[in-house]
Amino acid sequence: MERFKNFTGLVAPLDRPNVDTDQIIPKQFLKAVVRSGLGGGLFYDWRKQPDRQFVLEQPRFRNSTILVARANFGCGSSREHAVWALADYGFRAVIAPSFADIFSNNSLKNGLLPVILKSDEIDTIFAAIKEHDAYQLTIDLARQSVADEYGWEAHFEIEPFAKKCLLEGLDDVALTLAHEQEIAAYEKAHPVSYRF
Amino acid sequence: MAAQTLFEKIWDSHVVFEAAGQPALLYVDLHLVHEVTSPQAFEGLLKARRRVRCPERTFATMDHNVPTTDRSLPITDQDSKLQIEMMRKNCAHFGVRLYDLGSREQGIVHVIGPELGLSQPGMTIVCGDSHTATHGAMGALAFGIGTSEVEHVLATQCLWQAKPKSMEIRVEGQLGLGVSAKDLILGIIGRITTDGGTGYVIEYRGSTFQQLSMEERMTVCNMTIEGGARAGMVAADQKTVDYLRGRQFVPTGSQFDALAERWLTFHSDPHARFDRKLTFDASTFSPQVTWGTNPGMVTDVSSKVPDPANFNDPTQRRAAELALNYMALRPGTPIEDIKLDRVFIGSCTNSRVSDLKAAANIVRGRKVAPSVRAMVVPGSQLVKNEAEALGLDKIFTDAGFEWREAGCSMCLGMNPDILKPGERCASTSNRNFEGRQGAGGRTHLVSPIMAAAAAVAGHFVDVREWSNQGGGR
Ligand code: SF4
Repeated sequence: MERFKNFTGLVAPLDRPNVDTDQIIPKQFLKAVVRSGLGGGLFYDWRKQPDRQFVLEQPRFRNSTILVARANFGCGSSREHAVWALADYGFRAVIAPSFADIFSNNSLKNGLLPVILKSDEIDTIFAAIKEHDAYQLTIDLARQSVADEYGWEAHFEIEPFAKKCLLEGLDDVALTLAHEQEIAAYEKAHPVSYRF
Repeated sequence: MAAQTLFEKIWDSHVVFEAAGQPALLYVDLHLVHEVTSPQAFEGLLKARRRVRCPERTFATMDHNVPTTDRSLPITDQDSKLQIEMMRKNCAHFGVRLYDLGSREQGIVHVIGPELGLSQPGMTIVCGDSHTATHGAMGALAFGIGTSEVEHVLATQCLWQAKPKSMEIRVEGQLGLGVSAKDLILGIIGRITTDGGTGYVIEYRGSTFQQLSMEERMTVCNMTIEGGARAGMVAADQKTVDYLRGRQFVPTGSQFDALAERWLTFHSDPHARFDRKLTFDASTFSPQVTWGTNPGMVTDVSSKVPDPANFNDPTQRRAAELALNYMALRPGTPIEDIKLDRVFIGSCTNSRVSDLKAAANIVRGRKVAPSVRAMVVPGSQLVKNEAEALGLDKIFTDAGFEWREAGCSMCLGMNPDILKPGERCASTSNRNFEGRQGAGGRTHLVSPIMAAAAAVAGHFVDVREWSNQGGGR
């Protein structure tokens, strides 16, 4: 995984709670056998509505790299394709009051930062997007902060180990294999309980 | 030792390595694999020149993408075909046992795990699939993971996991006639909402769950993820032991006795502490129907489509408006007035023999309404064979249902079984998300007996008012 670096990016508002992974990447894109190229399927059904009013269809949000949404973002299916699609489209962070557990894990493994802010802070961001045309936020992972150019700032919590992995770009399989001795010892004490 | 919960007992006995300030390295006893979430994981192994560490703990099946019609015919969808071929190639290359399309054990991953005796009490079980929670019914800690984690487990048989919090959901008493395990879990999700369980592992306790059969417990645990919790579990008891005895991968003789004795230790101690506790009364549950676009948007069959104006929270109100718009429902419409185009009985929630028996009891001697197209998709080929031996297929086909080969089918419609835009379906599956069963399709989640009755009536009906509801419990 690549290291997560601080960045400033355009923010797209998705004013819905419970955005599920079926919506983020519909099933027809799950037939892929590689991780890349899924950006075209991102929010496919919503983007293809005849009115073309979905946020990512609006020219002013085309190049956004931060998505802000309501509670329980990424609920539903465990499909990591949802994260691959967001990242492939160009998103580097999603801000919401809460995330589904599996989605959150998947994001962290792919360098997409799930940022948890309080509901009133999210309200502030939605309001600021209405007020300012090209509203941007700067995300600083080391400081665990989100800030805009108008002096507003908020802090978020992140599990320390996940933060370290993101900042250092660690490969967790390699990290685990460093514990080969412990794993082997465990296996010796716990044989398979199947009849083959 | 301090009193422990079932969850803590399993967790503690699987920690391989632990250090302050980081997640624990947990050992995985059983890793289930399917064709949709694994190709990129195997690709990762190939690239890094890694092997599958424990092929004897890894089992693969094909379920999501497979046709449910005549399997002697070639698969026409090229992408599906490729994914299926990749699965075969990867399993052969890495030495993973695969239940391929023609196999008599093929089926939905969460149906075959318990059925083959692979899922056992006290185990840690993972799969690249959110409904892995199902296996918690065996008294196991079972949860869904993403593809990166699938790769990690293939390579190391371990996972880094932050310890979740524990929740007890206690239900006491007897469910009413016509009220099924599906109604119980839908009712629970309606009460705790779709993210009420986020960050928790739920243990279902109390006399209601003790009375449930193993298959009914699977239905409950299966939908735990729809309440936000990654894992749901029911303690192992004599029913669990009896269920497992004689299954394909379960040891026999004195080895079985020793295992069974150990299995029965997997329950929470009397004074074990939970981070959160909820208690409900079984008599307050009734047949449920979802009206919206997530499983928490659910109500009693005897009630009406809610009015968004009555939601206090503006975000929830807006969500309800969007949902009703998508579902093309007007506030105040009685649920029983909702007419249906399709009925789907299947999915890892409700496709086991007891589900099919219950539905067949409703259907027997009746006909599917002329306006409805209805299908039954057994959860596995073993379920299908057993159901056919019982003559259930005949009851369904006589009534006008289609009877299919095993797979996920119209639960998510990755194969040709999908809703057309605007079609309305009563489904025994677990997700009513927008487009889940086909772009523009409208899904109402219900129990198997509610689905069967709706197929006959052409609209939702309160199955409690039908004379031969028996077998639905
Ligand atoms: S039946 Fe549906 S929910 Fe279950 S594993 Fe298949 S697609 Fe997933």
